[in-house]
Amino acid sequence: MTLDASSLKMVQAGGARPRRTDRSRGASIALHATLIVASIIAVFPVFWVFVTSLKPDARAVEPTPKLFNESSFDNYTRVLSGEKGDFLAWFGNSVLIALMTTVLGVFISATAGYAASRFRFPGKRGLMMSFLLVQMFPFAVLIVPLYNILIALGLNGTSIGLVLVYCTTAVPFCTYMLKGYFDTVPNDIDEAGRVDGLSPFGVFWRLIMPLAKPGLAVTAFYAFLTAWGEVAFASAFLSAADESKTLAVGLQVFVQQNRTEWGHLAAASILVAIPAIVVFYLVQRFLVQGLASGAVKG
Amino acid sequence: MRRFLDRYWYAYAMVLPVVVVIAVLVLYPLAQGVFFTFTNINEGNIANPILDRPASYDVVGFKNYVNVLTGGESFGAFWGTLVRTLIWTFSCVFFHYTIGLGLAMLLNRQVKGRTLYRVLLILPWAVPGFISAFSWKYMFNAQYGIINQLLRAVGLPDPVWLGQSNWALVSVIIVNVWLGTPFMMVALLGGLQSIPGDLYEAAEVDGATPWQRFRHVTLPGLRSVSSTVVLLGIIWTFNMFPVIYLIAGPNPNARILVTYAFERFFSGASRDYAVASTYGVLILSVLLVFATIYRRALRKQGEVW
Repeated sequence: MTLDASSLKMVQAGGARPRRTDRSRGASIALHATLIVASIIAVFPVFWVFVTSLKPDARAVEPTPKLFNESSFDNYTRVLSGEKGDFLAWFGNSVLIALMTTVLGVFISATAGYAASRFRFPGKRGLMMSFLLVQMFPFAVLIVPLYNILIALGLNGTSIGLVLVYCTTAVPFCTYMLKGYFDTVPNDIDEAGRVDGLSPFGVFWRLIMPLAKPGLAVTAFYAFLTAWGEVAFASAFLSAADESKTLAVGLQVFVQQNRTEWGHLAAASILVAIPAIVVFYLVQRFLVQGLASGAVKG
Repeated sequence: MRRFLDRYWYAYAMVLPVVVVIAVLVLYPLAQGVFFTFTNINEGNIANPILDRPASYDVVGFKNYVNVLTGGESFGAFWGTLVRTLIWTFSCVFFHYTIGLGLAMLLNRQVKGRTLYRVLLILPWAVPGFISAFSWKYMFNAQYGIINQLLRAVGLPDPVWLGQSNWALVSVIIVNVWLGTPFMMVALLGGLQSIPGDLYEAAEVDGATPWQRFRHVTLPGLRSVSSTVVLLGIIWTFNMFPVIYLIAGPNPNARILVTYAFERFFSGASRDYAVASTYGVLILSVLLVFATIYRRALRKQGEVW
């Protein structure tokens, strides 16, 4: 099985479509109307959280919701000032863990993906099949054995342990993706590099990695999101001390005791969503750049 | 042996980190998990390294499997739950694929503001899952949720979405369709862009109607991407627990196999690791059978992976 790399990178040299400049006015309107409705549906839930985040807790659950109702940035200042828990510490932990997962996960899946793309070696098929198998088991029910292993390795309660666990979730998909991407990079480049005296690792690191940037960007996005929003493992493996929690765990303080503090929860959610959207935007810009270069060639 | 290593050492060196991580953190826990299914292990009798308490659980043979597969209500009504899981999986993946393909085809045209539309349409993928879950739970609220407000405003019935009825399943399917469509859309957009433009031109010269072009150029061109993303989509959706768990909670009307495994694992004073693991193994078996059939069907059509 190969995940066609083109599938996720959205960049394809020379993907010129027959340009239908002769589209009728009605068809144009229908096209835009469909896209606008779809975009509104896609964005609305996030927009609604934002609107709610500006309301006081009591106003967030009115029988007739209004766009603005005693709205202010009070919730944000209260969340950020740490009145409800050490938000900034949680934020730092989440950033650290998500970045480590991204770097480590992308690196090890890139090497494995490259090996699977370029070399034939005994056990390759088994390895690729085991990646698929790994996705089939609900690993969260293995928290107990995982916990025991982390204790045995002396990693329980540490960020490194959690990063390794996240890597196991992200790596199989990332490896498939990158293998598919490396498959689209011509083998001649490798051969030219070898002729010029580079080792197999040199070829990989100095020639192929820079060429695979769009594929790496999408994989990084995926790995980052895997770690950024995860709750179950994070609450099981990190120590219960307030300052070592991640955001996803820490935010549970707003949902306790039969009373959800909707306004505060919404404000905190928006603050959590911002880094994810920033990462997304960075990847997105990269893809647009790739698209443009494709269009020039086409 | 020497020659073997000489030939392959760099390939193995590059695969090694992944293999080590997977072996230590996946295969070993998996083996232990399979062993748990033959025991009566739970929170009360597991070895506890912190309290320094030794394990006192017993091996019970196939008792867990018998209990689960006879479909008793106290063991999660396995067969009914399996049917619900299949409904959930196939309706989610069906809508992911059809809506994703439709949007990808629109975005693949020359449209003003295409980049902006694409950014907006991918947004649900970029927002952390627990935040989307919170947002939808808030919008689905029967009294003050915006969805029922709108339905009442236009005079439609306003169901209790997340109550004890099948509306709960409908709700979580809606949320998951919203959540999963961007991935399919991006994947299929990449696939569409890799179909050479001349194929369409040739088809047009031959007088093919738009439908014929879709049927005979677009769909075959998407075959390899589709077969992969649909398989992945089915596996992921089958095991998608956060959406249901965070939105519907332990509501039996929205229960699928994996959320029940979780309920068993997390709730109650005696966390039942044995039954949770049994469910895990059964989920794995169902998916393995499915993947085998799927592969065979693809191979018959000449697709190899």
